[in-house]
Amino acid sequence: MIFDFLSKLIGSEIIASIISALLPLFLFILPFALIAVYLERKVSAHMQDRLGPMRVGYHGLLQTIADFIKLLQKEDIIADQNDKPLFNIAPVLVFTGSYAVFAALPFTSLYIGSNINLGLFYIIGISGLSVIGILMAGWASNNKYTLLGAMRSAAQMISYEIPTIMIVVTILMVTGTLNLNDITQMQSGFFWNWMIFGGHATGIVKILLIPFMIVAFGVIYISTLAEVNRTPFDIPEAESELVSGYHTEYSGMKFAMFFLAEYANMFAVSAIVILLFFGGYQSPIGYLGNTLGLHWLVPIEQLFWFTFKGVGLVLVQMWLRWTLPRLRVDQLMAVCWKYLIPIAFFNLLIVGLITLI
Amino acid sequence: MKKYLNNIYLALSTIFIGMKVTFKHLFVPAVTIQYPSVKPQLPSRERNRLYVNMDDCIGCDQCARACPVNCIEIETVKSIPGEDLGQTSNGKRKALWVTKFDIDIAKCCFCELCVFPCPTDCIYMTDVYEFSEFERNNLVYDFVTLTEDERIDKKANYEKMMAEKAAQKEAELKAKEQAKKDNTEENK
Repeated sequence: MIFDFLSKLIGSEIIASIISALLPLFLFILPFALIAVYLERKVSAHMQDRLGPMRVGYHGLLQTIADFIKLLQKEDIIADQNDKPLFNIAPVLVFTGSYAVFAALPFTSLYIGSNINLGLFYIIGISGLSVIGILMAGWASNNKYTLLGAMRSAAQMISYEIPTIMIVVTILMVTGTLNLNDITQMQSGFFWNWMIFGGHATGIVKILLIPFMIVAFGVIYISTLAEVNRTPFDIPEAESELVSGYHTEYSGMKFAMFFLAEYANMFAVSAIVILLFFGGYQSPIGYLGNTLGLHWLVPIEQLFWFTFKGVGLVLVQMWLRWTLPRLRVDQLMAVCWKYLIPIAFFNLLIVGLITLI
Repeated sequence: MKKYLNNIYLALSTIFIGMKVTFKHLFVPAVTIQYPSVKPQLPSRERNRLYVNMDDCIGCDQCARACPVNCIEIETVKSIPGEDLGQTSNGKRKALWVTKFDIDIAKCCFCELCVFPCPTDCIYMTDVYEFSEFERNNLVYDFVTLTEDERIDKKANYEKMMAEKAAQKEAELKAKEQAKKDNTEENK
């Protein structure tokens, strides 16, 4: 979509593809990471009756920019006993894994990096790349704590992918497509058309679907929270036990890449939840552009709603982070295998039966 | 099965209770004091940096003697007759030039023991507590109001006076002896 537009505008497909590949990074991920880091610090501070950053700019608004500049200047330390090729590749892989997800996200009805029919499948698949990056980082650092963190992370991310995919399949049975744009279009109109309220189904089916969709939302939200290693599932980077897990040995730009990947991931999983349950970029209350007859306003509104919902869910992640203590490894596994997977399975079955009506 | 469902219920309900608590705290005003721009309220009996009001100091050396860490060094010079040093604010006549009043605040243990013996209440604790320095020597505070020249002057004056006095005494003594000699000679 954006690629076609750019290649027509520039005339060269190579330049157009490079630009369209860089667009989400500079237009979305970097600003989002800057704002999210600031928000994280502010939200956590106010939840603990503190003020957070106050010195750099008005109420510390420029704090993250200052931090970023500081990270850029830092020495890139590589220890002597590190496995150097793997050590250097790992942050790139982790970042690629989280960045590639953005290629298939429909930000508005006009802007999709690549409108592929297997969008959802692609996202689930490509986000698995960060697991290997994390494992690589933990191994290459040649440090027992990083390796512990990486092992935990691998175990956690792989086992939590199962309930996630189970819920994705549940949604698939209702929508019948993996194309994210089509899934979003199916939830057009007002908020009661969102998937969490049964989508466009009518009558008894809709009423029957709602409770199971809410359960599905809960399960996918918890499991995606675990997939991006956020508290209460942050045992891979548990500060008090493992220093900071797999990225302990990293400094400077490589650390910044891990950091960026973490925040990009936070938004990516929120975006997936939004696309599946909260209507993606669809407005809950109708478009101002349509009422006023200004059709160019609609995509802007869609972008606003997409980011609004996404940042909303990210805020809930932060809220949970400062509410809940960290889980133990066995508790973590118990939550996944004893609770989320059976519930997701049960949910899958019931929703499957309902769709037969 | 009942336990299983109860576990789910407990987990979810406690999470929501916790989230409610943190959400409430989001709107509680912060307890942070923005320190350098906003100073905290100090307790009424706090002990901070010493200050000496030299206008009132009579050079009695009591504070230096009370100091447990010997951080106060005082040197005084007697005034010569005819010099008027003025009075302290509580009516004591000053008789000594204080030519050295150094407090090494790096040694000071902030015990406030020097404050109580002072007869004129001229040494006291202020509310200044931000006085870090890069050089340790900068922490030796010199409170004397006299200039360097004046101090030398006062010392010289005193020594001159003492010398004059000694000379006078010697002269008197000589005169006395001379008188004695004269007397004995007369008696002979």
